[in-house]
Amino acid sequence: MKADPAGVLTGSHYLDGDFACGEGAMAAGCRFVAGYPITPSTEVVERISRRFPTLGGTFIQMEDELASMAAVVGAAWTGSKTMTVTSGPGFSLMMENIGLAAMMETPCVVVNVQRGGPSTGLPTMVGQGDVMQARWGSHGDYEVIALSPQSPQEAFDLTIDAFNLAEIYRVPVMFLMDECVGHMTEKVVIPEAEAIEIEPRRLTEKSPESFDPYQVEEGQLPEFARAGDGYRFHTTGLTHDEHGYPEMSVECQEVNVSRLVGKIRDNADSIVRFEEEGVEDADVVVVSYGITARVARLAVEEARSQGLKVGFLRLVVIWPFPEKRIRELAGSVGAFVVPEINYGQIALEVERAAAGQAVTWPVHHAGGAVHSPDAITEIIIKAAV
Amino acid sequence: MTVSTNPTVGQEMEHPSAPLLRMERIPHVWCPSCGIGTVVKCYATALERSGVDLDKVSVVSGIGCSGRVAGYLKLDGFHTTHGRAIPFATGLKLGRPELLVTVISGDGDLVGIGGNHFIHAARRNLDLLVILINNFIYGMTGGQNAPTTPLGAKSSTMPFGNFETPFNLPHLAASSGASYVARWTCLHIRRLTWSIEEAIGKRGFRFIEAVAPCPTLYARLNKLGSGLDAMRFYHDTAEIRNGADTREVDVSFQSPIICGKFVDEERPTFLDLMHDHYSNRLGDGYVPMPPEGGMLHER
Repeated sequence: MKADPAGVLTGSHYLDGDFACGEGAMAAGCRFVAGYPITPSTEVVERISRRFPTLGGTFIQMEDELASMAAVVGAAWTGSKTMTVTSGPGFSLMMENIGLAAMMETPCVVVNVQRGGPSTGLPTMVGQGDVMQARWGSHGDYEVIALSPQSPQEAFDLTIDAFNLAEIYRVPVMFLMDECVGHMTEKVVIPEAEAIEIEPRRLTEKSPESFDPYQVEEGQLPEFARAGDGYRFHTTGLTHDEHGYPEMSVECQEVNVSRLVGKIRDNADSIVRFEEEGVEDADVVVVSYGITARVARLAVEEARSQGLKVGFLRLVVIWPFPEKRIRELAGSVGAFVVPEINYGQIALEVERAAAGQAVTWPVHHAGGAVHSPDAITEIIIKAAV
Repeated sequence: MTVSTNPTVGQEMEHPSAPLLRMERIPHVWCPSCGIGTVVKCYATALERSGVDLDKVSVVSGIGCSGRVAGYLKLDGFHTTHGRAIPFATGLKLGRPELLVTVISGDGDLVGIGGNHFIHAARRNLDLLVILINNFIYGMTGGQNAPTTPLGAKSSTMPFGNFETPFNLPHLAASSGASYVARWTCLHIRRLTWSIEEAIGKRGFRFIEAVAPCPTLYARLNKLGSGLDAMRFYHDTAEIRNGADTREVDVSFQSPIICGKFVDEERPTFLDLMHDHYSNRLGDGYVPMPPEGGMLHER
């Protein structure tokens, strides 16, 4: 369906990534946000708290991030599109109820504007160290989807995609911004509402008598009923059967976990998204994401000007990871260079996917600033030798 | 041969609250003479008497013995994470304001790990009915000390007796801003039921503490006998003092439990305040969330 015009601020704007993310959420139909202030993410909820009262949306500033995430999961069960927004320390606290969202198969969006860590780290300065935490930060085995914008425009566009993916796969979707993209101000074009495709919450058509909240008939997803429509369903964070009742058995656990994992892994080809250029005849391919992708592009241009054959691959969706594509490329290129603002997270994924066919060169940065393009160029030159 | 004059003898009798219970889930997980089932029965009876639309009722529980309540009621039921029943319920209520959202959970869940959420929901006077089943101990994990364990009472992690001062729950709720505060024991079935029914008809943060026996752990560790002995204790010592100053209703080990309705004053709720404020500030520009929620859906 098309976006509700009420939430779409059509036009050309000069916005930072945080504001653009907030606008993307409202355009996507988000009408419930719970959050707790944390730098450098707070502008997202500041934007939303100013605009929501004119859109029929409710924002509540909760007492902490544990509560924010719990409220977002609760509100999602009313059928509303819901989101919370945070940064590293708050993201850690949200892990508990991100696990609940995964287990209950609750669509929602979690924005993390990454800063330097660990712990309180660098509250106002950039980091990309939460990539692995976004994937498996809550205990137990499950899969999520994570996206990473490189600009305010993408912060708008990809937030809408994040909401749509949450609906399609009934998962919490991680929106991994970083402080630079969050605080960078650029032109953002917001289209007309009718040009924005929205994935609606699809409610079951079954009668309450014939409905079971976790019965899967076709595909890998159960049908959804919302609270207050007479279905009188039950759901739980415990391992549960098709009725949503606790069932402590090896068999039921297998059914639960294999679905939580399978619905993402089996559909990875549809979810994976990346941009690449110049990879076909490249000796070295630079793999990057978020703000670092913009810095890496300068390094790629510099290396090319020195006569090197360098390709570039930017991850738009980080999880699931495009391992098939990396494996294919590993057969033809000599090396991957992976700059990221951490000490090697996606680099390990690239190395795993390359499976020994090509060498992986991480370009570490502990955080607080972006890489110097020269530091990346230097590694590209080494890798090309 | 004796002929029974009771027409129900020999017939399958339905539990009077069966329409509100998930009978296929019975037998439940609770121990014989545990008080949780009593509270469930009181809640079910109160709901039926209140005449509310049961399709619009959600029950949210956290983790622990009392956390299993949501799983036995035939309502929209959510068994959530440890301590987070209140914020989860907050999302349900704000996401679809027409819902009657009840939180039923235990003392460790709601005021131990969930204590921060409890005081903030009371402060906001959020439209939630919170029924806290207080058995003075962590039951599900095997009898560990709780923030409600009376001074001197033994628990598995206070084997020489508890030396931490427990919460006085009605006072915690009242001083945090709850608009309705009551306490009853599992002996006071009619009064507890009536209190729940009354609270269902009210608005804002409504808190009812139900003191319940835990024969398996609290009573055994403290040599207090069976669940029946607990009932006898409530019967012999509980004191009903409606309107009591909540500062004076703290619980000491085996001291008389002061019961009653302590607070009942209607104040604007979170949603009242939000609507009034935005209406004043934004006038016609204010678009409130519809009672049925701000969803975007297709069937």
